Amino acid sequence: MNAQGRRNLLQAAPFIGPFLLLYVGLLIYPLLDGLTLSFHRADPFGGRAFAGLENYARLASDPVFGQALGNTFKYAVVVVPVLTAITLALALALNKPGRTASVFRGLFFSSAVLSVTIITLIWRFVLTPDAGLLAEVWEAAGREPVPFLSHPDLALLAVAVATIWWSIGLPMMLFLAGLQQIPEDIFEAAALDRANRWTTFRRITLPSLRRTAVLVVMLQTAAQLQLFGQAQLLTAGGPGGASRPVVLFIYETAFTRWELGYASALAQVLFVLILAVTLLQFRAGTSRREP
Amino acid sequence: MVTLASLELIEVRKAYGAATVLDGVSLSMQAGEFLAFLGPSGSGKSTLLRVIAGLETVDGGEVRLGGRRIDQLPPGDRGVAMVFQHYALYPHMSVRDNMAFGLRNAGVAKGEIGRRVLDAARVLEIEPELDRKPAQLSGGQRQRVAIGRAIVKQPQLFLLDEPLSNLDAALRMRTRVQLAELRNRVDAAFIMVTHDQAEAMTLADRVAVIHDRRIQQVGPPMEIYARPANVWVARFVGSPAMNVAPVELLDGESDSASVRLGDGSQVDTRVPRAGLAGAGPLQIGLRAESVRVTGAGAGTTDARVELVERLGDRTLVYARLSDGQALTGEDRGASRVQAGDIVGLRIEGAAAHLFAPDGSGRHPVESTTA
Repeated sequence: MNAQGRRNLLQAAPFIGPFLLLYVGLLIYPLLDGLTLSFHRADPFGGRAFAGLENYARLASDPVFGQALGNTFKYAVVVVPVLTAITLALALALNKPGRTASVFRGLFFSSAVLSVTIITLIWRFVLTPDAGLLAEVWEAAGREPVPFLSHPDLALLAVAVATIWWSIGLPMMLFLAGLQQIPEDIFEAAALDRANRWTTFRRITLPSLRRTAVLVVMLQTAAQLQLFGQAQLLTAGGPGGASRPVVLFIYETAFTRWELGYASALAQVLFVLILAVTLLQFRAGTSRREP
Repeated sequence: MVTLASLELIEVRKAYGAATVLDGVSLSMQAGEFLAFLGPSGSGKSTLLRVIAGLETVDGGEVRLGGRRIDQLPPGDRGVAMVFQHYALYPHMSVRDNMAFGLRNAGVAKGEIGRRVLDAARVLEIEPELDRKPAQLSGGQRQRVAIGRAIVKQPQLFLLDEPLSNLDAALRMRTRVQLAELRNRVDAAFIMVTHDQAEAMTLADRVAVIHDRRIQQVGPPMEIYARPANVWVARFVGSPAMNVAPVELLDGESDSASVRLGDGSQVDTRVPRAGLAGAGPLQIGLRAESVRVTGAGAGTTDARVELVERLGDRTLVYARLSDGQALTGEDRGASRVQAGDIVGLRIEGAAAHLFAPDGSGRHPVESTTA
């Protein structure tokens, strides 16, 4: 058994090996290195000195980090529920056979294949106060254009809207897949049970989509807590940090201020936060199963 | 029997695009009657059931239940309840909620719902399961929940879509008995769709044989077996399928027709001769039990055995006459006949059926099966 097991392992090694090597080299090692780095003062030019918990103590009282963390949660709180609701509604509307529905499915999914650079360019054209699409509309209505991207209260929302528009594709597809998993005959049974459309949706469709909804919320929360590109390119985190998420702050710390140790500590904290939130959601989403 | 018609179908038509699936189906059911729709897959029997349930629209004709026209009503308002082939239980609801769902939607009082659910659960012996989810139940229990969900609605008409097809043999027998009991207990009519003739024959008061978009014949099970309306029904009902062979009508003085098989042997039937002469080519219909295997030369004709099926209590002998006509005969269980043997076949002419050129059946004056 033992010799057999060893032989099996030997035979499996050439197959698992290459992936394992990449996995360790590109994921596990940087993860651990990042962890050790977070206990050092370090710069990208080779300077590295042990600093104990100094970085962690510093971030706990760093108002910029506090603001970025608050922004990040605001993004998640705005984007995730709205995105979930919109994609569910779209999936319900487009879950039918026929050419029209399939064209619209393609259209709504198309934004997902664009890169973040294109997305921000498009939304710049829409939002920019000088000659942007919305500005033209505002001016045509005889009103002063709104500077969405540089207004302290609107910049975060602008980034959130662009994010929602960009992220619609995947959750919509997940909901569509979920809807198609529901056997047709339980809707027929509901029709014979005199369930109207609302009752059917609330008592049949929605409970059947529960697992999909949990998955969508978890994936999107984890994704939005890592929001970065849109914020950097649309508003650069401004004005005054009003739209700066944590990852942008980490990026600035590491690559414009060259404080690698501090940036690593920030990254560790974000990692733990995302892990905790996702686990909590998973627990909440699955615990209300049968007793 | 009470003459109040329960369900009435009048010239019901249904088509999917260019494909007609039901072509002028008419049918009338008595109150409290148990009717089986029997037919092969693709015959339109399930579509007909779904038309009655309101899950499919009609393209023509009328559906009436208890004198009320229902084909324009939504499924829930028709006074019918359906047991689906795959049960269609709501997976996230408890057994209790599955049964109560329809009643809540109909606005039935809470106490009344509880009482009906409990009654049904008691009768179907699923009381201990009331708070469990469908996934925690066995196939048989799910089936009973599906039946319970129909019972609590107290419908005028139960629609059962292949109710036994998903159960194993032992459970199927038990559920068959349960359905028969249910039928005696409730004051409603039943329609069961099935492709299994044994189910149809044992449960139903009448069987509607459906094939090729139409009802081919409606009647009590034994009548369908003994007096099939046409060649198709004759061959579909009964196992093994009835032998059908071309014959030639012989001249004669008698009231009954005598015919000659392709190999020259003569069969004297009890089918009235009237109307058969000069009509065109005829066919004879012989059930295996009226073709007895004897020693070579001792029967109506001789045949070469091609295949022997030993069923224990009887033996089916697939043989071929000298002109190549295949004929299935029956022998006793302990038969020693083997493939390749030459045997005699004693054809019981009194039990033979004749089929006119249009396929319609002509039957012996005195039915031998009683």
